[in-house]
Amino acid sequence: MYSQGLIGADGSTHETQEFLDRFQARIDAEQKIEPTDAMPEGYRRTLVRQIGQHAHSEIVGMLPEGNWITRAPTLRRKAALLAKVQDEGGHGLYLYSAAETLGVSREEMTEELLSGKAKYSSIFNYPTLSWADIGTIGWLVDGAAIMNQIPLCRCSFGPYARAMIRVCKEESFHQRQGYEIVMTLAQGTPEQKEMAQDSLNRWWWPSIMMFGPHDADSQHSDQSMAWKIKRFSNDELRQKFIDATVPQAEYLGLKIPDPDLKWNEEKGGYDHGPIDWSEFWRVVKGHGPMARDRIKDRKAAWDNGAWVREAALAHAEKRRARKMAAE
Amino acid sequence: MAVYQALLELADDNLVLGHRLSEWCGHAPMLEEDLAMPNMALDLIGTARVLYDRAAALEGKGQSEDDMAFLRGEREYRNCLLVERPNEDFAQTMLRQLYFAAFMKPFWDAALNGTDEVVRGVAGKAAKEMAYHIRHAGEWVIRLGDGTDESAARMRDAVFALSIYVDELFESSAAAAEAEAAGVLPKRADMRPAFDAVIAQVFTEALLEAPSVDYPQTGGRDGRHGEGLGHMLAEMQSLYRAHPGARW
Amino acid sequence: MVTTTPLWEVFIRPRNGLSHKHVGSIHAADEVLALQAARDVYTRRGEGTSIWVVRSADIVASDPDQAAENFEPTADKIYRHPTFYDIPEEVGHM
Repeated sequence: MYSQGLIGADGSTHETQEFLDRFQARIDAEQKIEPTDAMPEGYRRTLVRQIGQHAHSEIVGMLPEGNWITRAPTLRRKAALLAKVQDEGGHGLYLYSAAETLGVSREEMTEELLSGKAKYSSIFNYPTLSWADIGTIGWLVDGAAIMNQIPLCRCSFGPYARAMIRVCKEESFHQRQGYEIVMTLAQGTPEQKEMAQDSLNRWWWPSIMMFGPHDADSQHSDQSMAWKIKRFSNDELRQKFIDATVPQAEYLGLKIPDPDLKWNEEKGGYDHGPIDWSEFWRVVKGHGPMARDRIKDRKAAWDNGAWVREAALAHAEKRRARKMAAE
Repeated sequence: MAVYQALLELADDNLVLGHRLSEWCGHAPMLEEDLAMPNMALDLIGTARVLYDRAAALEGKGQSEDDMAFLRGEREYRNCLLVERPNEDFAQTMLRQLYFAAFMKPFWDAALNGTDEVVRGVAGKAAKEMAYHIRHAGEWVIRLGDGTDESAARMRDAVFALSIYVDELFESSAAAAEAEAAGVLPKRADMRPAFDAVIAQVFTEALLEAPSVDYPQTGGRDGRHGEGLGHMLAEMQSLYRAHPGARW
Repeated sequence: MVTTTPLWEVFIRPRNGLSHKHVGSIHAADEVLALQAARDVYTRRGEGTSIWVVRSADIVASDPDQAAENFEPTADKIYRHPTFYDIPEEVGHM
């Protein structure tokens, strides 16, 4: 699950105009680019950065939801949540693999995440404070991610597009799972309904921010759009998301915490209130409420697992030596 | 004592171990294991659900699987001590899994001939799952036992820590004895040769010595658990218990 | 000693009668762990009946710089395709 305008990619490139034109012609003809094809350095760098951010988001995204696996209120919910968080891990794995085709290793990407150098979706730097948050994350965060990920299935870079097809296929249950949780709460006891509303209040604005800065303020969008790494602008996707989500909230009898939200007949979509971009940048720059805890947890998992990975490699070496000796 | 209580013991074994495995999710030594451990946990939780449901039906008091799982306290839980042991490290987690699966695989194979249709149904599914758990956990025990000095030391520590809980697997409680007499479940003690063969094979490859256990720990079937289970249940049951009667 | 876990390519046969198809990759120290990881990662929804894993480093690939000389010369050999030949309709399907 991921959706955030790419943060800080540098699409600048230094190839000859002729090379760039030839590459652009392939893109314009909807040809897919495969890892061994000649490509502008800026294209490669943008993809490594974006796929890496996407993969990190899936991996870090396991933590806020994982926070409720051990407290899920029924066995059915426990199994579904565990399967969902497991899926997020799988998606991270597919995406790391896609990035690896560009010559960067998973270890390198992991180091970048753990050192705080690499970014990931800022939404995961908020805490999950109630069971309702598990529903809301599925409904809003996965809902927002789907908006972004479906177009990525047609991304110009073959391995990324293929990974996204698999991801989208698997994620189709995530949003439904989330909405069903919120619906059960909204139709439940007064405390449960309160839990659902409180959760929507906390997650609505971060979800809207997931699409990234307004198009006018988004520096690297144009080049990514031209290269068909990105297919819709941040604002287009945000609008689609809001238009799809408002009726879903109404059905539940929950109130979206935006007093300025209203239907605009002329544009055929909802207008929304101003987004607090200072909050957005604060969280993106690593000052979200859970930012340090998330990296600390990932680092602990990585560091505590080092002896296991080393043992597996050492054993593989022994097996190889034994096999050679036997031959 | 009654047959349903024997099914409850089995269900508790599966749920508690599934829960313990699920605690790893997002914190595994490598991403591949972040997918493998939930697979095993989901197998176990799935089995527990069928068994709770069947136990509740046999008890006949209209309880749901969730009432069974979330409303009994640690003295009422009937799981064996092995499954509640904390994860500690990857070595202990994998050895715990191997011990349990090496016992459950022949158990489910034998349960296929039982008199209860629901149990036979779950046995068919679970026997295959346990065969995979033996392989997955067994291959890791071998790699850690015959890996680096550190991993070998940790593996030996794991054997020391967990081997005292093995004998309890083969003990039949009064409830289990009743279920065995009724032909619903196989006799636990009968699983020993198959279990020993699997463990011996893995330990040989893992360069591990089978310890002699003079004082095995037991008591889980009577609700005499370690201190960790209460904390696990307190966490697991907190939300369900905070909202009596709510639907989720 | 190697400190990075090798990369493996995973191929799955969706069902008997079909070929193994490349589905993605995983990291594993050896072939046994690679097969297990492939099973745990890529067959969670009944996607397969058989798995192949191959060390990524062992794959021999054609050189993209030779793509033109490798693959373009076939473009004008249209006589290799059945539609190149005119058969009267009365003859029936052939």
